[in-house]
Parts: sequence; C-alpha cells; structure tokens
Amino acid sequence: MLYAILCYHDETAVAAWSKEEEDAVMAKLGTVQEKLAKQGRLGPVARLLPTTAATTLRKDREPPLVIDGPFAETKEQLLGFYIIDCASLEDALATARDLGQANPGGAYEIRPLLLFQPGNAGATA
Amino acid sequence: MSDLGPDPEWIDAALIAARPQALAALLRYFRDLDTAEEAFQEACLRALRSWPQNGPPRDPTAWLVLVGRNAAIDQTRQRARHEALPADDVIADANESEAELAERLDESHYRDDVLRLLFVCCHPDLPATQQIALALRIVSGLTVAQIARAFLVSESAMEQRITRAKSRIARAAVPFEAPGAIERATRLAAVAAMLYLVFNEGYSASGDGAAMRAALCDEAIRLARLLLRLFPAEPEIMGLAALMLLQHARSPARHDPTGAVVLLEDQDRSHWNQAMITEGLALIDKAMRHRRRGPYQVQAAIAALHARATRPQDTDWRQIDLLYAALEELQPSPVVTLNRAVAVAKLRGPAAALAMIEPLAVPLAGYFHFFGVKGALLRDLGRPQEARVAFDRAIALANSAAEATHIRQHLDRLMKDGALNAVSGNVPAPELR
Repeated sequence: MLYAILCYHDETAVAAWSKEEEDAVMAKLGTVQEKLAKQGRLGPVARLLPTTAATTLRKDREPPLVIDGPFAETKEQLLGFYIIDCASLEDALATARDLGQANPGGAYEIRPLLLFQPGNAGATA
Repeated sequence: MSDLGPDPEWIDAALIAARPQALAALLRYFRDLDTAEEAFQEACLRALRSWPQNGPPRDPTAWLVLVGRNAAIDQTRQRARHEALPADDVIADANESEAELAERLDESHYRDDVLRLLFVCCHPDLPATQQIALALRIVSGLTVAQIARAFLVSESAMEQRITRAKSRIARAAVPFEAPGAIERATRLAAVAAMLYLVFNEGYSASGDGAAMRAALCDEAIRLARLLLRLFPAEPEIMGLAALMLLQHARSPARHDPTGAVVLLEDQDRSHWNQAMITEGLALIDKAMRHRRRGPYQVQAAIAALHARATRPQDTDWRQIDLLYAALEELQPSPVVTLNRAVAVAKLRGPAAALAMIEPLAVPLAGYFHFFGVKGALLRDLGRPQEARVAFDRAIALANSAAEATHIRQHLDRLMKDGALNAVSGNVPAPELR
C-alpha cells in the first residue's frame, strides 16, 4: 500500500528559520529519507513554496474562478494531487482548467514547488 | 516540541510571528501606541509563564490579544481602585474565549489593523530614517540596542530618534475606522515604500554592522509576506516581495571575503540563493497575470531576468532595456535612466550609453554610481584620462569602504593597462534598485 504523508506546519515559523536551523532540519530529514530510499520505499518528495505563492482555481462554477492565495475553505477535503511541469502560472492554470473540465466541483490549489525528488517507491507495487 | 509544552525557542518564534497582528489588534482596541505596546509586552510575559505549563494555545495571536487586552484593563482598574490583580490561573480561561475571539479576528479584521500599524510608521512628516527605525521598533519588536547597532549610532541617539518619531505620530492622529478602498490603496502604497526602505537599509550594508543590517532584509521580506497574506490580490505587493527576494538571493555573492563589492557580472552565481529565486520568480509570474503594471513589478521583472541568466552572457539585455524604458515612464528618475544606460551599453555600445547619461550630470552630481558608470564607459571608449577623473569623483562620493575599494580596483587596472585600450563591455552595473 502506498501512503502519502502530508506535511503541515506554521509557515511563518518555518520561514523564520536561520540557514543553520534549515540545514540542520534538512540534514536530519535526509537521514530518514536515505534509509527509505535504500529500501526502495521512498516515492516523490516535494517541498512547496509558501501559501503566498499560491493561486486557487474554483471549479464549482462555469467558467472557473481564479483567486489569489491558498484554498481557504474547510468544507472540502484534500483528495489528491498532481505534480505537473509547467512553463508558467498561466500554463499551470490552463492545465488545471483542463482537469477541472473532466471533473468539475471543488477547487484546485496551485502551488509552485521549491524542491522535488522523484523517488523510487511503487515501481514494483 | 515535547509533551511538557513548547520549547523556549518555539515560544520565541511564535511571539515574534504574532507580534504585528497582535499589536495591531491591541492598537485598534486602545487607540494608543504606548498602551498597546505595554499590553502586548505583558501578554508575552504571561505567555512565557503559561505556555510551558498549559501547552501552546491553538491560536497564539488571538491568545495574546485577549490576554494583553485583559491585562491592560486590569492595570487601569488597579491604578484606579488599587484592586488586586487576578491570579495567574485565571488566564487558563483565556484558552476558552480564544476560539471565540479568533472567530472575530479573522484575516479581514487583521488586515486593516496591521495596515494601520504599519501606516503610522510611514507618516509623511517623518524622514525615512525615522520611519525605518519606528517600524523596526514597533512592528518588528527589535530592541533599541539592535536598531542602534544596525544604524551605527549610539543607543541613546536611537532612543531619542524613536521617541521623537513617536510623539510626532501621536500628534498626527491616524483615523481608526476601517479605511475605504482609496484610503486603503494609499496606505498600502506608503507601507510598501517604507518596507522597501527597510530592505534597502539592509541591502546597502557592508563592513561594520553588515550582518546585523542584513537581518533587516529578512525582516522586510517577512513583513512583505505578511502583507501578501492579508492582501493576496495586490500585484504590486507581489512585485515588492518578488523584488526583495530576487535581490536578497544575490547577497551571498555580492561581497568578496575582504568585503569589497563584487559586480553582478562577476558574481559566482552558484552562490545565489535558489530557494529565494524560485519564490521570487513564482511571485512575479503571479503578479503579471493581473496585467496591472507597477514600478515594483517592473523592477522585479528586471531582477528576474538577471536571476534566470545562468551566465552573465545569457542575460536578456534587450528585454531589460525595454523594462527600464517602462520604468522610466511609470516612475521617471535619473537613477532609472542611469540603470537603463547600463543595458544600453550592452546592446548598442558605450558611446550610446554615454550620450544617454550626459543629461544626468546635474541631477546626479552627488551620486556615486553615476561616476562609476561614467568612468567605465569612458574607459571602454578608450578615454582613460577622463575615466580617471570620473573614478576619482566616484571614490570621493563612495558611501562605504567597499564601494571605494571597488572603484580603486578599476583605477589600478587602468594604470596597469598603461591607461589605454581597456577591455570593452565591462560597465559596472550599479546594483539594481
């Protein structure tokens, strides 16, 4: 069974980390990730940019509505995610609109990635 | 974090992060800066006592507002009637009403509160240095000693500067009702300009106190991110945040180990902070979507073109020239034209650039970068005597030892080359402002 582990934290606190703190945390995480990778269990790892870089596409209406900022409602739940290579935010929004047409309702929050490691899990699953 | 409650570092970080919003809400309540500051201070002291025992509140900001407000009211009552203060365990109740308060203090409330708090610091009567000092003291909560170190002045001088600025804004009386759309836009623009001043204070630092002042860049970025969370659809705020991130990303490469300035084209680009660049590029991309051009966005777009160039020769000077032309239209200034001339030198050669900056000789007669650029252009045109005069003038006008050292290197090279036929295409770009 593949599991996703979604990371929640106070972004202002994390953004306030000094370079030393940041490096120390990343090094400690690296050790855990390395073990998983050796066992062939580590799938994609992504670190998102802060919510200030987010744009939301509300696809519960036609045409969908683009809103600056993160998805802020609480009545919907996180059901999945895509990682897509896009030339620009415009391109990402166009892609999200295509997906939204295939599956209207709810919203997509579009967040640029700061870091991405493709990983190796699931190849044999 | 352990079961025993949050560790002191977490509490410190939470108090710093909550400060602008909590203090802003207290200011709305008390309508007096000193009372609001005292109330926040008291709330922080109580947080340090209460949080390690009772665990952190769900919403630290709301907790601080509630406890700070109650503490200040108690104090007023106590002063009036010599009543005993409630025992510390009464504060435990704070957690219950906190959720209720958080409901009322949603982002839309904080929005105008934080904007007002920042706006009182940029009163037009206050000179730039006082605006910056006040913002750092009130909004960021830096100590007077820390701010004094950043400005290379004595603590008592800084104390005086802040006291004077405070009494001036107390007299100015900023209105407390929620601002209308036009007033809000005016305040946002003033606050954005003030944040960029804070940033530049840190960005232009070198030599003594450079590390302390570099922290001002981080602080300006933190406050810009805060503004962006409160006003998520303002392209100029996105542009401002992007501009600061893209410029600050170059900081690790801007000085050599001796502290001398390293020009943009000589910087080791592998030392640029890629995380900041990624965030800056994402924000400018987001801003452009609004098709509402503004000076911060244009400057950020220029910084983005530099950030995207893996090597100096990959720089898209044509696009940079166009963007500076747009900036000249939006915000005409001789400094902008000077920056544009650097792009023009790359595109059409030093003669065209020199012609472009000739008319700037009067308005920029006291400007270090003008003579740095002029000297380099003259050198590239094979006019070493005139180049030397310009470089000498630049040294006389240098704002820091690092700037002077940098120009002296140009002079040395001029001498070594037999004062002739210097390598072309090496105009020192003044750091993009």
